[in-house]
Amino acid sequence: MTATKKDPVLVVLQMSGAYDALNTIIPYSDPLYKDYRPHLKVEPEEVLAIDDKVGFHPAMAPIKDLYDEGKVAVIQGIGYPNPIRSHFRSMDIWHTAEPTKMSTEGWLGRAIQDLDPNKENVLTAVNFGRGLPRALAAPGVSVASVGNLETYGVLTGIDGEDQRADALDIFSRMYSPMVGSGPINDYLSQTGLDALKGADILRTAPEIYSSSIEYGGDMFSQWVKNVAQVHTAGFGTRVLYTGLNPGAFDTHANQPTSFAKLWGEVSRATNDLYQDLKEHDANQEVVILLFTEFGRRVQENGSGTDHGSGSVAFVMGDAVKGGLYGEYPSLEPDKLDEGDLRWNNDFRSTYATILDKWLGLDDKAVLQGEFEQFDFIK
Amino acid sequence: MANDNHDIALMAHLMRRAGFGAQYAELEARAAKGYEATVDELLNPEVNDNGMDLDLAERCFIEWSHHTRGLPEYVAFRFINSRNQLEEKMCLFWHGILCTADSKTQSYPTSYDEIEMFRQYGMGSFRDLLLEISKDPAMIFFLDNCLSHKGAINENYGRELLELFSMGVGMDGEFNYTEDDVKECARAFTGWTIANNVPGQPYGRYAAKFVYNPDDHDEGDKTFLGETGNFNGEDIVDIIAKQPATARFISRHLYSYFVADEAQVPAWMETPPRDMDTIKMLEDEYFRSGYNIKSMLRVLFRSDAFKNARFQRVKSPIETVIGTLRLVGDWTEPKPGFEFIFDEMKHMGQEIFNPPSVEGWHTGREWIDGGTLVHRINFTADFVGDVKQPGVRGIVEELANRGPVIAPEDMVDDTCRLLGHYELADETRQMLAAGMAKHGTLHTDTAEFADRVSELLQMIVATKEYIYA
Repeated sequence: MTATKKDPVLVVLQMSGAYDALNTIIPYSDPLYKDYRPHLKVEPEEVLAIDDKVGFHPAMAPIKDLYDEGKVAVIQGIGYPNPIRSHFRSMDIWHTAEPTKMSTEGWLGRAIQDLDPNKENVLTAVNFGRGLPRALAAPGVSVASVGNLETYGVLTGIDGEDQRADALDIFSRMYSPMVGSGPINDYLSQTGLDALKGADILRTAPEIYSSSIEYGGDMFSQWVKNVAQVHTAGFGTRVLYTGLNPGAFDTHANQPTSFAKLWGEVSRATNDLYQDLKEHDANQEVVILLFTEFGRRVQENGSGTDHGSGSVAFVMGDAVKGGLYGEYPSLEPDKLDEGDLRWNNDFRSTYATILDKWLGLDDKAVLQGEFEQFDFIK
Repeated sequence: MANDNHDIALMAHLMRRAGFGAQYAELEARAAKGYEATVDELLNPEVNDNGMDLDLAERCFIEWSHHTRGLPEYVAFRFINSRNQLEEKMCLFWHGILCTADSKTQSYPTSYDEIEMFRQYGMGSFRDLLLEISKDPAMIFFLDNCLSHKGAINENYGRELLELFSMGVGMDGEFNYTEDDVKECARAFTGWTIANNVPGQPYGRYAAKFVYNPDDHDEGDKTFLGETGNFNGEDIVDIIAKQPATARFISRHLYSYFVADEAQVPAWMETPPRDMDTIKMLEDEYFRSGYNIKSMLRVLFRSDAFKNARFQRVKSPIETVIGTLRLVGDWTEPKPGFEFIFDEMKHMGQEIFNPPSVEGWHTGREWIDGGTLVHRINFTADFVGDVKQPGVRGIVEELANRGPVIAPEDMVDDTCRLLGHYELADETRQMLAAGMAKHGTLHTDTAEFADRVSELLQMIVATKEYIYA
């Protein structure tokens, strides 16, 4: 491990499916809000007010608590040029930081290249979930991608401790770059050996970890717990990524129930993570970015909302200067973008701020462009 | 025997590429019939006999009968079980090029019609296929041609038709078309729209239908790729089909899918094909046959370039999952829990009906990262390690038939052979044999023998060699 304990760490929580920004940070005193949302509106007295204009959804009380402690930057009106209302493409844009062209490289993949240029640590970045988000992909970057930390590893189906040890021994030798000659032999060797090595180290995290925090039983909360386990284990991991399963927040119908339930779970898990880090005296080392791919249609469709554009994101942690950033997009009909909140700050401004002011990287190189920064990092 | 082995190895290669792989007994039977005969059979599927009891399947998965839900699973089930393997493989081929994504269309009935269209036209004239995809309701909605109007065009379909579906941005370093061609192309397709607009959830119960609205069609003259006239969409398709760039584009796609991984599509303008001779052969056949895909495939499968290209492609996640299930003989009939299979492909990086963009999936090494590699190995190992699976039991029995005792090297070689003539690096082969030798003499008539085979199979599918097809 080359990293010292105080190296800045980024945790990314991806809320797939597009949460409804309008009911996340609610413009509760705007009369238009009630007009657009006859069924889905949250009553003013239930909103967790930030000021006399906007406030959190009531299910987000655990995040509101962090906000009240000055640890949450709310990035209002976040978006990207020429909004596309496809989940897949939109998430891709957030992952690659490329709104105008297809790219296979992720913004964090490039950040990882800079954080660990000599590939000294196979665990510089760890993803928890199914499949690797493109945000973490870049040439030569190996990212451990963990579905279940307790059982993570290669050839987990081989029974018997000795048999499995033998199997892994053979595996490590089979994957030597000296063996084989296929078209991408070297790449397969590196990926396979890094995965094996990463699994060996990661497997120790749950054993090292102890905490008084009890996370929720849902999958997301468990992955957030894994984030805490891996960070506090001191493997030198600099980027930890997880999220909800795809489509979770895609509330075209029956929004009130599922939306509140999801924000309840997510907010609790986020606060649990913060408290857990605090318990391990690690709260100052971590900044959390929570985002979704786009906002939802301002006008409800009856019981839910359709795909929109302008959204809201959150950056949280001790290093964060809490408060409202960006402007709340206007609800005036002529100020909407095809019926959606109009974005007013490019998501890459938030990325640039995190890359430069928190991770200490060259944001212009990583993002391949210059974006105005916020001052939400102390 | 040596000759037989050669024939079966070649057949294994053909079935991995022109299908989703086959069990050893099928390879033997096909090899006995002959390579040419098998190519002909694959190229000429029985129209009304795919060897599946879909009627029974639809009674188990009732949503399949109207395709309102579970369409990816239905498609996967066909990939596994259809006798007409090349027909299915071509559906996947075209789905990866003429892409629509359910993340936007959100109408399985409409996507079902698209796949059926690929089944019907996928091995015919490319010109006809381009015409059909231009009328395909899922496509019209996906690329917004329904929002393209006389006097107010939406260029989305016009552009992708040229860039991603037929010609490509450029060839040999030169651009294939101009921005004006894109606009003129879009003008020619005004009025090509849909009825039963593809709705978002929760309404998508009915398939959208193609409608031509002459009132919304731009009747003015258009100049497209140097030709001028009052073109409609069909004229545009005729002009596109005869371009050398189109022959090149389709040839490269066929090469990349069936022979060896090519560069990613966006790099094609600047990156020459890796095997120009074979591409030239395919281009010639494209024009000779009147744009016939089946003729191109026939030429390809008969070529030495194809026959010699064993293990030159990284298996896609769908090929990995479907190939594994065909190998072990699982999911030959419907049973609960099939969604899991669909999820498996997704977690390896390829989701039926959700290519990451209209550009389709990136292939080759881009299928592999730390997460997907581990997932691929563990999934495959779990299935081949399960001796209750009929295909795995078959392998155990075949090995046991060799005699009461089997030498470790023979066991490794024979198992690779039974998996479809996989070829391991010599060092890998010796490591696996040494691993088997650790267990002492391998008696094939003991209860533990199946466990040994299970272990060995899991190790073989974990090799780098097994990543390739």
